Amino acid sequence: MAGKIITISSGKGGVGKTTATANLGLSLAILGKRVTCIDADIGLRNLDVMLGLENRIVYDIINFIEGRCRFRQALVRDKRFPELYMMAAAQTRDKNSITVEDMTKVAREAAEISDFVLIDSPAGIEHGFRYAVAPADLVLIVTNPEVTAVRDADRVIGLLEAEELAPAQLILNRYKPELVRRNEMLDPDTVIDLLAIDLIGIVPEDDKVFGAGNQGRPVALDEHSRAGKAFRNIGRRLTGEDVPFEALRKQTFIQRLFGSR
Amino acid sequence: MKLLDLFRRKKKSGQYIAAQRLRLVLTHDRANISPGMLEVLKDEIIAVISKHLDIDTENVVVNLTEDNRRTRLVADIPILTNRARKAEVRSKKGAPGKT
Repeated sequence: MAGKIITISSGKGGVGKTTATANLGLSLAILGKRVTCIDADIGLRNLDVMLGLENRIVYDIINFIEGRCRFRQALVRDKRFPELYMMAAAQTRDKNSITVEDMTKVAREAAEISDFVLIDSPAGIEHGFRYAVAPADLVLIVTNPEVTAVRDADRVIGLLEAEELAPAQLILNRYKPELVRRNEMLDPDTVIDLLAIDLIGIVPEDDKVFGAGNQGRPVALDEHSRAGKAFRNIGRRLTGEDVPFEALRKQTFIQRLFGSR
Repeated sequence: MKLLDLFRRKKKSGQYIAAQRLRLVLTHDRANISPGMLEVLKDEIIAVISKHLDIDTENVVVNLTEDNRRTRLVADIPILTNRARKAEVRSKKGAPGKT
């Protein structure tokens, strides 16, 4: 049976798409799943660096599409999990080098050998976004609790609905409980309510994510990282497990009154 | 301190302002109509309705509302019936200077 194709998208750049893709890839690999992560951000590849696999790339997605290598040759095997693969984006080309059909073909082929195929979508809502979501069975929309990021997420949700593409679920990334407590940041309930979309996970802001990007070692591998745990929980939810949401929501009136955590 | 926070909170908090602005922006984005265009639309609606009905143009409200990603254009247009006219005349007497 072919694996599930999941595209990670956002509209706005810099909200954590690549971080989410790398961490969900690892989270699913930790669960023993066969995973292929595809970097669809042609010309601006970064998934390789996030995963710490940048030195292992021989061929990229365009090489495969143009018939210069076989499918397996375009895959880079993860050094930690032998059933986790990454396909790199081409760095010296642009997004017009790929058609919707090309990406669909690549994703379907990856699904043949994987339980999960994760596609890291480029930012924006133009051609790059369109080919990235075309083959998806599910789209995970990453946003931050900021007006600009939520607005762009809403555009993406609207486009997916209008074109009757895959169902979408929300990852609320870089959430700061302390700021929400002080009523300085949008709270998760408001964001979910306004976007009218299912939530699959809330990832708290965590300084460890910064270091993880530098080291090529995603926080999903870090037992002590709060963001890592949140990503692992999303991974479990993707496999169908019912993982309760942690108490990241707003405090009750009484809790706030007494200043308890 | 905590109690004070509680009362100071709400309206002026960054969270409240962000939520209100976000709500407005999303509503207009989804309907693909800017706030300025909505005003133009309102004036045109008033002009069309006025041809057929005597309406209280001062109190027309045209707004977008949202419910679960469904957007609605809601127009509240008070019609001047005899009774409403009398009430208006009365209120104008009570508030001189208004024509």
